[in-house]
Amino acid sequence: MKFLKLIVPLFLFVFISCGDDDTIQPTSGELSIQFNHNWNRKEIEFNEQNFTNAFGQELSITKLRYLISDIVLHLPDNNSIPIDGYILVDLNESNLIAYAPNIPFNNYTGLSFTFGFDENDNLDGAYPDLNSASWNWPSMLGGGYHFMQLEGKYENSGTENPYAYHMGTARKNPGEFEQNYFNVALDGFNFTQESTINIQMNIAEWFTNPQNWDLEVYDIDLMMNYDAQKLMNVNGKSVFSLGEIN
Amino acid sequence: MLFTSVLLFLWSCDEDGITTYVPYEPTPFPLEIPKLFSDNIIDPVIPFDNPQTVEGVNLGRKLFFDPILSGDNSQSCADCHAPENAFSDADRFSEGINGDLGTRNSMPIFNLAWNYDENFFWDGRAFSLENQALEPVANPIEMHSDWKINAEKLANHAEYTELFYQAFGNVKIDSTLVTKAIAQFQRTLISANSRFDQHLLGTTTLTPQELNGFNIFMDESRGDCFHCHGNANNPLWTDNIFHNNGLDATFTDLGLGAKTGDPADNGKFRSPSLRNLAFTAPFMHDGRFATLDEVINHYSEGLQNSSTIDPLMKAVGNGGVQLSESDKSDLKAFLLSLSDPTFINNPEFQDPN
Ligand code: HEC
Ligand code: HEC
Repeated sequence: MKFLKLIVPLFLFVFISCGDDDTIQPTSGELSIQFNHNWNRKEIEFNEQNFTNAFGQELSITKLRYLISDIVLHLPDNNSIPIDGYILVDLNESNLIAYAPNIPFNNYTGLSFTFGFDENDNLDGAYPDLNSASWNWPSMLGGGYHFMQLEGKYENSGTENPYAYHMGTARKNPGEFEQNYFNVALDGFNFTQESTINIQMNIAEWFTNPQNWDLEVYDIDLMMNYDAQKLMNVNGKSVFSLGEIN
Repeated sequence: MLFTSVLLFLWSCDEDGITTYVPYEPTPFPLEIPKLFSDNIIDPVIPFDNPQTVEGVNLGRKLFFDPILSGDNSQSCADCHAPENAFSDADRFSEGINGDLGTRNSMPIFNLAWNYDENFFWDGRAFSLENQALEPVANPIEMHSDWKINAEKLANHAEYTELFYQAFGNVKIDSTLVTKAIAQFQRTLISANSRFDQHLLGTTTLTPQELNGFNIFMDESRGDCFHCHGNANNPLWTDNIFHNNGLDATFTDLGLGAKTGDPADNGKFRSPSLRNLAFTAPFMHDGRFATLDEVINHYSEGLQNSSTIDPLMKAVGNGGVQLSESDKSDLKAFLLSLSDPTFINNPEFQDPN
């Protein structure tokens, strides 16, 4: 018991001496990367038939989940800082922020990431948290994981029809698969203190630019539809932009 | 490191002959996590303040099977949650002690520690297994009892006072301890030894029919069951999320909507696991389907449209995906390969009284 009493003051001492060093300016801190969503600047409200796509079709959104991986911060000297891990953004679960600790304060020339998983990461069943979220992509379609699930209803001559815009590996022919992830490169930003960088997804862009999406052609059973998968890939490239830093 | 040295100091105090208060510690009894679970999904939820112990599980098991918790000592949890039915019952609606019927089908109990969001019941209205167990005891159309009276009954029962002491030490018996013990027992009810599990572990070969049924389950244009009911990498065979799977055009039971008050949640119920369907008929929250064939016919051609129907019930315009007869029977064969007879026959899970 005596020993124990001795230890306590020793601890206090250590804490105090740590405190004295606080005047040194930190050179790195936590960067929070927050994903925000809009429809041509309109706020996203679930379950309401209040969006119109470029084809003129009215639709609602009931679910949106997507996977972001390999986030990289780019430095002026062409070096870069990779941020480990991935985030399954889920609007229903309000899972919207990726946290990157110990990021050096710096002037970054860009931020890039992979939408989905690239071939090195898209390993069937490899991630327990994604398996627990039933995020898997069927092995008959190439396996691995979904990249996105965007679901809702659209209006078609007076009736509501479902759509399920699910993206993942593209199956060209039975047993023949094509990678379907894409890279997103955003502008540079100044990171001088712990802060949140906002990334905007304009959901309307999934339905246009370069190609207008006709829900009457592509509404359901899109996972095994090669053309639909490729169209998602080209349309997806314009959905993200850099927002405010705060 | 620090922790061990502190323990060491306490120990040496004892050697000096100074008496220190040593709280009673029951024997830790960590869950045995099946390989398919530890390999594929994240760890189960065990509350900080209710660790699994040998004595707690024993007590919980005894309580689960003992009618002492009901108003007239006639009904135990196991009356509506029987081992041979994978801890569900065979009735559409279960009878409480006064002969009243509820409006929902009893739910099976297995792998509940992996319900990560901890929303229990068909509508998710109970948070955590411990809280869930408060409800049936007090429910007037179920065990219709009073927790105060139950605590007295148990405190005046020599065997139970001893078992409570062993499980929790010298603490007054109350609803919290009772539900903690029952929850500990329920967390041990793990099912992971179906033919399909054995197939994944490479110890059994499935029939071509079962394998084809699995392909239908995973095929977006046919079964498309996997978006809500698990897959080969998610051995729970449920997402534990709330959906409207197209049972009704108008709702008599609002399900999740009654809990949240949001009309967009009306008619949504938690996806049940597809394990052990061989033992859990009838099916759905109101037990409306007596057989698996009826369930499959529902998804194939019986879907009812409504404003909250899940978009994954894609072919609702045609009543469903219109499976062929051979697809239906293969799908059924696959579903039955998820049943686990070793679970319902496990001697550790039977009535100890
Ligand atoms: C009279 C029949 C009856 C009795 C007795 C009964 N239950 Fe239930 N149990 C049900 C029904 C019906 C449901 C589903 C109710 C609902 O969703 O509203 C249910 C649901 C549950 C669930 C939820 C499972 C899940 O996955 O969400 C658990 C756990 C449970 N009961 C445990 C118990 C325990 C523990 C006892 C004893 C203290 C008990 N039950 C007594 C009928 C009964
Ligand atoms: C959109 C999600 C979703 C999809 C897709 C789905 N289900 Fe379900 N399933 C549910 C929900 C939710 C329930 C419970 C509904 C209720 O009781 O109101 C359910 C209930 C069941 C039940 C009853 C289980 C029990 O214990 O009562 C079976 C069996 C079943 N589904 C099989 C299937 C099969 C086979 C498929 C594919 C053909 C499928 N489901 C597709 C969500 C889904």
